[in-house]
Amino acid sequence: MFDLTGMTALVTGASGGIGSAIARALAAQGARLAVSGSNADKLEGFRASLGGDHVALPCNLSDASAVDALVPQAVEALGGKLDILVNNAGVTRDNLAMRMKDDEWDQVIRVNLEAAFRLIRAAAKPMMKARFGRVVSITSVVGQTGNPGQANYAASKAGLVGMSKALAQELASRNITVNCVAPGFIRSAMTDVLPDAQKTALLGRIPAGDLGTGEDIAAAVVYLASREAGYVTGQTLHVNGGMAMI
Amino acid sequence: MSETADRVKKIVVEHLGVEADKVTEDASFIDDLGADSLDIVELVMAFEEEFGVEIPDDAAEKITTVKDAITYIDEHKA
Repeated sequence: MFDLTGMTALVTGASGGIGSAIARALAAQGARLAVSGSNADKLEGFRASLGGDHVALPCNLSDASAVDALVPQAVEALGGKLDILVNNAGVTRDNLAMRMKDDEWDQVIRVNLEAAFRLIRAAAKPMMKARFGRVVSITSVVGQTGNPGQANYAASKAGLVGMSKALAQELASRNITVNCVAPGFIRSAMTDVLPDAQKTALLGRIPAGDLGTGEDIAAAVVYLASREAGYVTGQTLHVNGGMAMI
Repeated sequence: MSETADRVKKIVVEHLGVEADKVTEDASFIDDLGADSLDIVELVMAFEEEFGVEIPDDAAEKITTVKDAITYIDEHKA
């Protein structure tokens, strides 16, 4: 089950915490990857650590023309086809809405939502030709529940869900599925530095009693990327230890 | 019948799975040949590939019949 041998995948934000877990899991299932990220050195280091025949494609996702070029680059580097697209890259620019700068709003929408749209639009072409495709976008529990200080981030993540449902309907007849994975609180460099009191309060809201890991998210992505998940489309798979049941 | 017309009709027959004799020059992709909007996108992609032409979105929107496609390709192919 869930064997990805012979499949190719583009993963954005691949050198980050969740992204690297996703890339490792897809590679472990046999997929050949194009990994993308904004920091070329870090990305190359990560690509090398994967072993195998994977490629690194640095890309600044706030640059529309660079984003538009990424899928064609990946298709070329991966031997002419792209089976799986994982929109994982995301940024935060937290601020109370009343204090939020236009730039903080724009940057988050551009990277988290607009870049994902551009990548899916470009990926749909080779996927339609191949009559096969798997698109998985990493959204967030915050896109469903909201979070103070994250009007921009919550909007971008909820936007991914609505966009994916529209695209799922457009592309279903061509055997292309479009889904989301919504992580809850995941152990990362960001959550490691939280004060203990805040960590305790956070854990109190999670029935599973623990933070999630990148591997928890990666397993959900592997499933949705697999041939076996072909009848699942337009869905959001919540991976959050029960902290929000939607 | 021009060579372009033959090749266009062949692509239409293959992509839409319709009988060759239904693919007349006046046939509308949507009204007569049962295409949906996604089929049109795919046909345009196939024409671009077959003839090495670029069909921009605003031109693609005006291609509604087999003849429209043949005319556009004849005017723009290298």
